[in-house]
Amino acid sequence: MIRSAVLAELKDIISDEFVVCNIGIPSQELHALDDQPTNFYMLGTMGLASSIGLGLALVQKQNVIAIDGDGSILTNLGTLATIANNATGNFTLLIIDNGSYGSTGDQPTYAGQKTALAAVARACGCRNVAEVPGKETAAAVKAALACDEMTIIVSKCASGNRKEPVITMDPVVIRDRFMRTLAQRNGNVPKEGIRAAG
Amino acid sequence: MNINDRIVAGFVAGDVGFVTTVPCKQLAGVIDALEAHPDIMHVPSNKEDEGMGLCAGAWMGGTRPAIIMQNTAIGVTINTLVTLIQYYRMPLPMLISYRGELGEPVACQAEMAVHTKALLAQMHIPTYHFHQQSDVEEFDAILEYTFMCNKPVAILTDATFWGGY
Repeated sequence: MIRSAVLAELKDIISDEFVVCNIGIPSQELHALDDQPTNFYMLGTMGLASSIGLGLALVQKQNVIAIDGDGSILTNLGTLATIANNATGNFTLLIIDNGSYGSTGDQPTYAGQKTALAAVARACGCRNVAEVPGKETAAAVKAALACDEMTIIVSKCASGNRKEPVITMDPVVIRDRFMRTLAQRNGNVPKEGIRAAG
Repeated sequence: MNINDRIVAGFVAGDVGFVTTVPCKQLAGVIDALEAHPDIMHVPSNKEDEGMGLCAGAWMGGTRPAIIMQNTAIGVTINTLVTLIQYYRMPLPMLISYRGELGEPVACQAEMAVHTKALLAQMHIPTYHFHQQSDVEEFDAILEYTFMCNKPVAILTDATFWGGY
């Protein structure tokens, strides 16, 4: 089971949730599968999906799911310590661990070799960590959304990508529609992004 | 009011509710004052690009953020500043200790100091330099400017500003 198949099974569960998605092919696959204003696509900064997701979850009440990859977690490994020490129940980190850098030609990552990200997360102090095979990912995400404790899911799946188009949506449009939808869901008019004319 | 409390009061007056920090000796006092303030959520980061990710999330979640870091972090965060903060047009006040200026005891700090303003200028980041303590009087206006224009803005604070080492 490859990443795109995991995302397809997740579609109905996360479609209406606030999602921060990893750079490159993961965002392209999610965008092609189910583009939503509740999706924030990373277009240019590797490794920060989990940090953006945590920042979002810490300041407001809606559930936030960061969909990250093993390569991106390895590039920002400190994020697991920050997440553990600032745990918030509305945050779920889904690491799709296919053991490879999918967007750059499927070069192997260390997570596909000796490094176990679930064990790293636990050693960083994350308490609710589940490693699941790809086909059990949708059920694990559903359970994470229903529970009050922050959850980290490491979804072990096979290396491989679907060929989807590059996202051409303007980045300001991506983040503005995301912010407005989140503010509305929280019952707020966004303080930022709306300005008086003149 | 000492300089640390004055800066924290400026953050609070500017409605900044989320601050991430990577420490510097010069910034120790302001980090302590932030940590103690009930109106500010302080989340330390391990690295400054991680901190900018946290700030991006906090801002999209409806809370004004800021990052406090050393000028060496400019070398760490160029890609994040350009492809996250600037590309998605997000505001980010950066209170930066400007190491390697007059009074600096650590020679290596001068190496990054000579590149700091050039790099900020290359990225077209509005940059303010606090040298005398009275320069802090512009702090509130700089925050307001940052959230008006949705840009990263740098405030360099040197050893003279902090009263030496």
